[in-house]
Amino acid sequence: MNPMNTIIKRELQGYFSTPIAYVFIVIFLILSGVFAFYLGGLYERNQADLSPFFNFHPWLYLFLVPAVSMRMWSEERRSGNIELLMTLPVRQRDLVLGKFFSSWIFIAISLFFTFPIWISINYLGNPDNGLIVASYIGSLLLAGSFLAIGSCISVASKNQVISFIITAVICFLFLLAGLPMVLDFFAGWMPQILIDSIASTSFLSHYSSINKGVLDLGDLVYFAMVIAVWLFATSIMLDIKKAD
Amino acid sequence: MIECKNLTKRFNQFVAVDDLSFVANKGQVLGFLGPNGAGKSTTMKMITGFLQPTSGNIKICGLDLFENPLQVKNKIGYLPEGAPSYDEMRVCDFIQFIARMRGIEKKLITSKVDEIIDRINLSKVYYQRIETLSKGFKRRVGLAQALIHDPEVLVLDEPTDGLDPNQKHDVRQLITSMAKDKTIIISTHILEEVHAVCDRAIIIADGRIMADNSPSELENMSKYHNAVTFEADIEFSLLDEIKSMSCVRDVEYHAKRKKITVYPAQSIYIFDEISDFLKAHKIHVTRLSMEAGRLDEVFRNVTLEKNTSHQEVA
Repeated sequence: MNPMNTIIKRELQGYFSTPIAYVFIVIFLILSGVFAFYLGGLYERNQADLSPFFNFHPWLYLFLVPAVSMRMWSEERRSGNIELLMTLPVRQRDLVLGKFFSSWIFIAISLFFTFPIWISINYLGNPDNGLIVASYIGSLLLAGSFLAIGSCISVASKNQVISFIITAVICFLFLLAGLPMVLDFFAGWMPQILIDSIASTSFLSHYSSINKGVLDLGDLVYFAMVIAVWLFATSIMLDIKKAD
Repeated sequence: MIECKNLTKRFNQFVAVDDLSFVANKGQVLGFLGPNGAGKSTTMKMITGFLQPTSGNIKICGLDLFENPLQVKNKIGYLPEGAPSYDEMRVCDFIQFIARMRGIEKKLITSKVDEIIDRINLSKVYYQRIETLSKGFKRRVGLAQALIHDPEVLVLDEPTDGLDPNQKHDVRQLITSMAKDKTIIISTHILEEVHAVCDRAIIIADGRIMADNSPSELENMSKYHNAVTFEADIEFSLLDEIKSMSCVRDVEYHAKRKKITVYPAQSIYIFDEISDFLKAHKIHVTRLSMEAGRLDEVFRNVTLEKNTSHQEVA
C-alpha cells in the first residue's frame, strides 16, 4: 500500500476510534435536518427539491469543518508525533495529502448519511436528481476547501482552540467575499479591478451556481485550485513550523 | 556509519548547534552527553532528517541525507524524545502502521511485527491501547517502532529517561545486544549510562563538542583519577608529610568521617606509595580505595569550563 493510503486508513481509524466521529456525524445530521425543515421550510414550500437543505450547508460547515480540521496537525505537533511521521521514508506531500483526504472522506461519510432526505423527497415528488447529485458534489467541494484552509491553520498553531477560531474566520471571509459587508471594507482604498477579483473568490457564489445545477468547469476548477493552494501553503507552513 | 561535517543549526539569532563534526562507525555506541539545551536533540533531529541544518553535511552509510532523503531515512531507526505514539491506537496496530509506512512488504509485515513484539517483550500488551500503558511499556513501543525495519543506524533520544532501574537495565541490555552490527547514537544526561552502554562519549555544551573520548578516557580527565581515599585516625603532621611527597598534588581531609583523599600529581598511580607510607607508620586504616575518576565531575568541568576556571583563580 502506498504511504498516502496508509495514512488515510490510519486517520480514518483514528476518527472512529474516538467519540469525535460519532458526535460529529450525529450533530451534522440533526442540524442539517433542523435547518432544512424548520428554517428552510422544506415541506411548506411544496416543491420537490433539496435547495433548502443545501442552502444551509455553508453555514453548517462554517463551524463543523474547523472542528474536524483543528486537530489535523496541531495534535501531531503537540504530541511530538510529527517527528515520528517526518522521519519516516515518506514524502511530505504524501503526509499532507493523506491527512487532507482522510478528513475529506470523513466529511463525505457524514454527507452520505443524509441519504434519507434524498429518498424522502423522491418518495414525495419527482425532484431533478441530476441537480441533487450536482449539489452534493458542490457541498463536498465546499467542505474540501474549508478543510484545506483548516489544514494550513492547524499547522500554524499548536493550540486547537486558536486553530478552530482562525479557520472559522478565514472560511467566513472567503464565504462572504462577494457580499457588501466584506467588499465595503476594501471599497474605499482599492482599485475596482482588485475588488472585483476579491468578489470573484467568494465561495458562496461558486457554491450557489453549482447548486442551481450548473456544473460549470470554472467552478470545479476554482474549488480545486483553492484546495491545491491551501494544501501547498500547508506544506510550506510545515517546513517553517515543525521545529518549534 | 554516520558522518556529520560542520553541522550548524540556527533558530533566528540563537545558535543551537555550532559547527559540529564527528564520525560514528558501525559497531559503535556513541553517547551524546550534555546539559539540557546543549543541542543534543537538535543534532539528532538533523541526523534523522527532521530538521534541515542551516549549514553542513550529513552522510549516513555513505549516502548524502539531502540528496537521497527517503533512502537514508529508511536506514535509520529513530526514537524521538519522550517516545511519542498515537495514544488511541492499539500496540499491534501502531507497529503495523509504522511497518507499512516503512514500506515493508505486505506478506512480511505480520512476521516482522511478531518478531519485534517478541524481542522487545510486548506480547503482554499486544492488544492494549497505547494510552493505557505504563511509561516503561510506552518507551518499549517506541523502541519497537524504531527497530521494525532492522535499521543500520539507530538514533535514540534519551531512551531510558523516566524509567525505573529495572527498565533502564532492560533497555541498556537491548542496546548493547544490538551494538555489534549497527551504528547507535544515544543521548543522555545520566552519566552511569555512558559506562553501561557507550564505547565513546561526546560531551556537547552550547552546541559545540567539548570532549570526544571513551568513557575511561573521560575519567582520566578527572582530578579524582587514581586518587587514593582512606579512613583512619591520623595526625596532621603525617598528613603534611604525605602532602610533601613528590607524587602528591594535594590532600583533602574530611574531619567528620575521618576520610582522607590524596590527589596524585599528573594523575599518576600512587596507590602503592600511599599504602606503603601508611604501613610504615603503622596507621590503622579502616578503608582504602583508589578511584577511576568521576564522570560527573568531568562533565561539570567540561560543560561549565568558564565557571570552574573562575573558581580556581578565586
